[in-house]
Formats: sequence, structure tokens, C-alpha cells
Amino acid sequence: MSPGSLPRYIVQRLLLIVPMIWVILTLVFLVLRVAPGDPVTAAVGDRLSAEALAERRAALGLDRPLLQQYLEYLGNVARLDFGQTISDNIPIIDIVRDNGGATLTLALAGLLFALLVGVPLGAVAGRRRDSISDVVIRLFGVITYAAPVFFVGLLAKLFFSVQLGWFPTSDIATPITKFQVETRTRILLLDAALGGDTDAVIDILHHLVLPAVTLGLLLCGVFIRLVRVNMLQSLKADYVEAARARGITERRVTSAYAFRNALVPFVTVLGLQIALLLAGAVLTESTFNWPGLGTRLIDYITARDYIAVQGIVTLFAVVVVLISLLVDVVNALIDPRIRY
Amino acid sequence: MSASDVVVSAEGLRIWYGTERGPVRAVDGVSFELRAGETLGLVGESGCGKSTLGRGLLDLLPEGSKMDGSLRYQGHDVLAMSTSRRHALRGSDLAMIFQEPLTRLNPLMRIREHFEEALRTHEPGVGKDELRRRSMEVLRRIGIPPTRYESYPHEFSGGMRQRLMIALALALRPAFIVADEPTTALDVLVEAQILEMLHDLRSEIDTALLLITHNLGIVAEACDRVAVMYAGEIVEIGDARDVFRNPRHPYTRELLRSTISLSTTGLHYIPGAPPDLVEPPSGCHFHPRCPDAMTVCTTTAPPVVESAGTLAACWLQSPGAIPAGAEEPLRRREISDADEA
Amino acid sequence: MASIATTPTGAKPRRRSGLGRRLLSPVTRTTGVARWILVAGLLLTLVFVVAAVFAPWLAPYDFAQKRLADGQAFPKMTAPGGDHLLGTNDQFFDVLSRVVWGSRTAVEVVVLSIAASLVIGVPLGLVSGYLGGWLDRVLLLVMDALFAFPSLLLAIVFAFLLRDVLGGTVLADVLGVGVTSAALSLTVIYIPQYYRVVRNTTVSAREATYVEAARAIGASRWTVMRSYLFPNVVSSVPVIGTLNAADAIGTLAALGFLGLGIQPQEAAEWGYDLNRALDDTSAGIWWTGLFPGLAIVLLVTALTLVGEGLNETVNPTLRRRKLVAVVLPPRDEKVRS
Repeated sequence: MSPGSLPRYIVQRLLLIVPMIWVILTLVFLVLRVAPGDPVTAAVGDRLSAEALAERRAALGLDRPLLQQYLEYLGNVARLDFGQTISDNIPIIDIVRDNGGATLTLALAGLLFALLVGVPLGAVAGRRRDSISDVVIRLFGVITYAAPVFFVGLLAKLFFSVQLGWFPTSDIATPITKFQVETRTRILLLDAALGGDTDAVIDILHHLVLPAVTLGLLLCGVFIRLVRVNMLQSLKADYVEAARARGITERRVTSAYAFRNALVPFVTVLGLQIALLLAGAVLTESTFNWPGLGTRLIDYITARDYIAVQGIVTLFAVVVVLISLLVDVVNALIDPRIRY
Repeated sequence: MSASDVVVSAEGLRIWYGTERGPVRAVDGVSFELRAGETLGLVGESGCGKSTLGRGLLDLLPEGSKMDGSLRYQGHDVLAMSTSRRHALRGSDLAMIFQEPLTRLNPLMRIREHFEEALRTHEPGVGKDELRRRSMEVLRRIGIPPTRYESYPHEFSGGMRQRLMIALALALRPAFIVADEPTTALDVLVEAQILEMLHDLRSEIDTALLLITHNLGIVAEACDRVAVMYAGEIVEIGDARDVFRNPRHPYTRELLRSTISLSTTGLHYIPGAPPDLVEPPSGCHFHPRCPDAMTVCTTTAPPVVESAGTLAACWLQSPGAIPAGAEEPLRRREISDADEA
Repeated sequence: MASIATTPTGAKPRRRSGLGRRLLSPVTRTTGVARWILVAGLLLTLVFVVAAVFAPWLAPYDFAQKRLADGQAFPKMTAPGGDHLLGTNDQFFDVLSRVVWGSRTAVEVVVLSIAASLVIGVPLGLVSGYLGGWLDRVLLLVMDALFAFPSLLLAIVFAFLLRDVLGGTVLADVLGVGVTSAALSLTVIYIPQYYRVVRNTTVSAREATYVEAARAIGASRWTVMRSYLFPNVVSSVPVIGTLNAADAIGTLAALGFLGLGIQPQEAAEWGYDLNRALDDTSAGIWWTGLFPGLAIVLLVTALTLVGEGLNETVNPTLRRRKLVAVVLPPRDEKVRS
């Protein structure tokens, strides 16, 4: 209960993160370097002469001993330098800067949809265990989780874009919008809003609906399940019985006791869902040609560009680890019991 | 004492609950009365149905349980009321204090919020200042400093939390409180404080108290009357001093002998274990463990006999009613039978 | 390998007497919705297993067949009906045949990957948890890092790599490079899960009295691990296995969708077919995507239902017991007390 305990907890968690990120970096490095052949040949082998290839290898330091490459790589990452792609010579950091905004927009919109739909549904299912609504909601949750995002996306495109013509089939905005919006934060939606361009904002939101719902439905299933289980647990808690014995109304027991307490473990495991959210975003982007990091990752996989894949994948992993740290800290702030 | 003094009366109350093996006869035909300002101690071994009885009075039974018989609260037939009316009695009329105080307060709500919520639920018109004044008054009475009003439950010790639970119950001035082993989870010094607090409150607001415990010392100290429960039935009920001095039922006697005091020379215990309440023994439920069992005890349940205000259900109390030849002492085939039961 | 994946708990001969009953016990012990969910999941899973095993007889054509035996070519992207019940796709393949054959690919990959994760993850967890020390710490760190890693990305990296590495190996020759590399990529995802569960159970079981007693009478480390810890620890595996199988189907399809999975000539794979179908949507062609997609949804749903059903029976906090309804009989002639 000392006032300094929360900062100390954060520092402790941060210190735990460091070896974990190190292990991730090492794993990705090893996995991609033990591959037969070399990255340069794999990426541009069919385009360049043998001499040119050797030159590129030397420039990238690929002819040096593995340990030296590894140490240099770690040093570069520490300076946030993830290297340059082999296939088109773009610094990874530029790819992240140019495409990260689209991924962030999609991920947040999907998360928002999932929270708005999944959490209330899960609470209702938990409150009315084994009723018809419970069965229907659970089944909905299982199916939305079971359905691959690219299949949901495909159906959404077929029905809402092609059949009904309500939404565009792909991309983040029309070319005109992209051209007109002035770049400030490199998050297109935010730039359009900052520029006061209502038409552009509407255009982007219009493009965002199907991808966000598609991604959101995936998480929705997980949220329903988590909230429902925690709701069942908290409804069994001793303080719920005590509240009933005090004559607290069932409505208030559900909201202030069961639901509020069910949210605490839910937020705790929310951090673990970030991995699912990002994986879902990669697939959603691919389905809707959304110009985000996922689409770029797939491009570079197709181009067999090891450095690009290594850079983007590492970055994703580090982001996931950092966000779960953030969720832990937020959780420590909202639950009065957690004081480490 | 007039009949209007009776706060709660039960007549032939049965509470059975469902399990995978069949109904458990947790409470099987129980009758008692409680008057305003009176404390009735309910004692018995674990699993004899005393907690179930306490919960049943507030309709806090697990799903799948059934209750019948007669239960009256201030003359009203509780079992005939609609569920919502019965639940409306909770808090303002009937209250409950539980065994484990640590987990009974909402961990996410401040103490202030607990009080405000309870008072607002039962007296919707009360203003904010009035709420605060009344909560503070109750807190002061149970010895919690007003500075702790904004604290969260986890910032209190077990004893403090039990006081808070009592304060929450008190704030609503209920006519009847069930206290289910309120001190079992606490240490001995705190136990004395809590008991004193319960004692004070009934003299102040004239509350009737049903004190469930397995500790006979607590009954002797804190109760006016005592009911001894065995296998879902009350086997003896009467004035606490009278019952302790002169137990009519062999179970009461054995239970009293099992308590430890400074003069205890050896440990006494009742052989065997409480019976399975899915299939209770025939006749008197206690006969497999009873040192005085007779042949009649195995077949026929004993009648309830009153002597000097104490009711007891044992054949020893009505020797005249035993059929001829059935007063032979029971010859036990094997004592291990009872042990296994 | 396959037998490990299907009956992981049946290893001990002394338990075999009630094996049939024990295998069915999750069904008989549950009630109401939970039981219904379990049975529905099991039946649906069974349908896909049957389709996988009998694919050559059930599917009207081969998965990479473009023309009839008499040389007449299939029509391109024909609508469902007639000779092609579910239509054909842009590669002239029969959609129904690809859906049926796809279940064989899915089952192969899932069984292979779960079996491989068990074979690696369970012993690692046992050894790490039982021996402790620096080995435990290093393994724990590596596994935690793998676990924190977004699983799809992990699978992507390995699928990306393994296709180059595996070419020409025996396993790849038997099952095909695509199937093998996909299965092994999935294995990497699931090893940490088995490792963690088994390790944590082992650490707590190690302190249990019966293990201590065994050590006290001089049982060797190996005997303790094999006879005392293994049977205990392994009981939590079926639930994880089923849920992983569901996840594996989805991840396999995702790899296929991203073009990292199995090539169309090698085996039928639903994810790959969905990727191709995506381009057909703009023309309003729905059958090329709908059916493989539905197959994925149904199989994943079925496995999830089985996993959830098992979880409810294994996890007592979730279980709702089968209560015998209480009927209060009329009172005895004599009211007591």
C-alpha cells in the first residue's frame, strides 16, 4: 500500500519484458538465418548476376560470421533500426510509418466493435445461464470465432458489396480521398478529420465498416466466452449472496456486483487477445486489400524477402508484448486490490 | 409474553435440496419460535442442516431446493408470499451475517458505497446527508473510525470486515437476524467482541437473533434458548441453561461431553459420523450412534415430549409409550457399521 | 503417432477395464445444454473424420481432376447443379470433391501437428518441471516467448521457412511437402501450450505426498516421472488437444489463404480455395468460396463444442451437476418436534 508500489510494479514488469523480447529477437533471427540458401538469392536471385548478388550480400553483412551478424542485428534493433528490405530497398521503419496507421485504424475499429457487441452479449448469456438466449449467444460466439476472417470477409463482400452495393469491396479510401487528404499523422482517418474534410472522413468510414466488422466478429466470439465465464464465476461469489441477503435488487446485483467484478478478469486477459487481434488484422487486410502492415507482410512473403519478413514480424511481436504490458498496468490501476 | 412478540415461527419446516444422488433432507420437519430481543442458539455437527435452515429463512437456497411447511414472519405466511415480496423482506426485515467475512463485501465498492446502496435500496427517499449521518452512526457504534468510510474492503482485517457486515445489517434495523457461524473464521479475541456486539444490538433495537454455531461455549455465553439439531431435525429445544444443566436427549448429552474445558481429563467423542441425509436411518436418526438406543428407536421416530418448557424427541422421555418388548437395549452387530455410516 | 493423438489417456493398462465407460463418461456425466453441445460436436466431428477417411469413395472426382476419364474437360466456374453438385472453380476443379478431399488434408495436418506437439511438449514439460534448476528456467523463458508471439505470425515464419528446408525429406515424400511443413509450423505454436500445462502440473504434483512417498521408498527419478507423474499430468491434455485441433484447422486455412500452405496439385486445402474464390466475388460467384468456408466453420465449431463440453465436465467450477429433482412427499403421519 505504499505510494511507490505501483511504479515499482511497472518497473518490475518492464524488466521481465526485456529478456522476453530478447528471446523473440533471437528466435526470429535464428529461424530465418538457418534457412538454406541466403536471403539475397531468395529475394532477387533471378534478377541479378552472381557478382551483383555477392555485392548485395557483402553490403548486408551476410558474408560475415553468424555471431557477428547476430550482435549487429541486436545493436541495430536497439536503435530501432530494423534494416532494409532486399527486394525493393526500403527501410523497414518507413514501411511501418507508412502502413502502420491503416493497421492501427482497422485494429482499433475491430476492437471497438467487439467490445460493444461481445461484452454485453457475454453478460446476458452468463446472467441467464442455460436459457434460450444463452444458447443462441454462445452458438453465435462459437461460430464467429470458428469462422475464419477471410471467409466472413468474403461473404460480407459478396453480400453487402456485390449483391447490395452498400459498401466498397476493398482499400481504405477512394483514390481521390487518398490524394486530397493532407498527410499529418499518417493515419488517414485522423488526417482527414484534422483537415476538416468531412467527405473524406465519411469515405474512409464507409470503407472501414466491412473490414472492422469482419475483424470485430472474430474477437466478439472470444469476448462473449470470456465475459460469460467470468459472469458465472462472479454470480457465485460470496459477496453476491451477501448482497442478496441485504435485499439489494437483482438488477443491481447483476450490474454492480456480478458484471463489474466479471470485467476485472476480463480486462486482465484482454492483453492476451492482442495477438489474436493482430493476426486477425493481417488476414482482414489481405481480404480487403487494406493498405496496412499485414498486406505488406504478405507482399514480402511472396517476394521471399527475409529481411522484410524478419523486420515486420519482430515488430509485431514486440508490439504484442508491449501492449500486454500496458494492459497489465491499466489493470493494476483500475482494480483497487492489485497493489504489488 | 404475547403472541405478537413472536417475530419468526416455523412449523414442520422441510428444506430438501437436489443432488446427483437424490434429494438431501437437509431440514426435515423443524419447528421453533423466536421472540423480539431473544437469541436462539442453533447447534449441531457440520452437515446437520443448520446452515441450510438459516439460508432457507431468507430464501437463499441453492437452485433445485424445495421448501415446505409453515414459516411465519410477524404473523405473515412467508411461504405463501410471491418471490418478489419475500425478497423485499431481505435486508429491512430479515438479515443474515455470514461465516467468512473476507469475501462478503464487493471488492470493487468502497465502504461508503455499500452503506449508501443498502440504505437507498430500502429507503429510497433518504437524502445524501442523512445517509452519511446514519452510516457514520452505525460505524461509530461498531468501532470503525469515520476516516475509514472511503476505504475498500481489502484494506480491513477479517474481524473488521465482520463488524462491517454487522453494521450493514444493523443500518437497516431488521427485526430478525440469522448469524451463521459469525465468529468461526476469526480469532478468539475478535470473537468475544463480535459476540458482545451482537448481544448489544438485540437489546438496543430489539432484534431476534438466530445464532448458528457448532461451539457450545458461544451458546452458553450468548443465547437465551438453544436448539440442538441432528440430521435435519431439532432433537431438543429449550432454555439454554436448563438444557445444558439437564440434557434430555442423549445426543445433547454426548455433545456437551465432547466439549473441551480446563477440567477435561480425556477427549470424549461421539463414535461414528453424521448420517447420510439422502437416506437417513429409520426411526430415530441418532439410533446408530446412540449409547442408549433401544429396539424401538430403530423402527419408530420418537414423540416430542415437553418437560419444564424444554421439548425433546427421545423415547427415554416417554417410556410409557414404547410398545411391549421394544425397550430392550439395542444389541449392535458391529460398531464399524456406525463408523462407516 | 496417430494413436497418441486419439487416445492419450488410455495409456495405462490397469485402467483399461473401464476405458469404454471412461471415454463416454464426459457424455454421461453432463446434463442439459452441456451434454447436447458435446454430443452435437462429437457427431459433427465424426462426419468430417468419415469424409477424410473415405474421401476417395465419397468424392465424385479427384481433387485435382480437370476432365472426365474420356478426356472431356470440366466447365470453368459452372454454377452448382448437374454433374457438379457444388459447381466448379476457376481452375476447372469440382468444388464438392475439393471440399471432401479437403477434410482429409485437414485431418492429416491436425493429427500430425497435435501428435508432434504432444511428443515434444509433454516430455519437455515433465522433465523441466520435475528436474527444475537452470534447464527449467531457460525452457520456461523460451516457451513463454513463443507463447507471447502471435501464433499466426509464428506459423507464417515457419511455413515460409520449412517449405525450403523440408523438400526431399522422407516425411515430405510420404505426406507431401505442403502438408508436412504446414503441420510442423502448427506444431511450433502448440508445443508451448502443452509444455506449460504439463510443467505447471508437474511442479505442483512433485510436492504431492504420494510422489514424496514414492521417492522415500527409493523410486528412481525416471520411475517417478513415468509411473506417478505422467498419468496424472496427462489428464488435462484432451481438452487442450481438442481446442488446439480447432485452432489448427483455422490456422492451416489461414496459411493456405496467405499462399503459404499446400499447393492445389498436392492436396485439396480449403484456405487456398478461399483465396482463389476471393477474386471471384466481384463477379458475384459465390459457390467457390461458400462451400470450403462452410466446411471450415463447421469443423472448427464442432471441435470447439467438443472442447467446451469436455472442459465443462473436467472443470468442476463450470460444471452444472445433474440434479435429481426434489419432490417433497406428503408428510409422515406424525409431524416431529
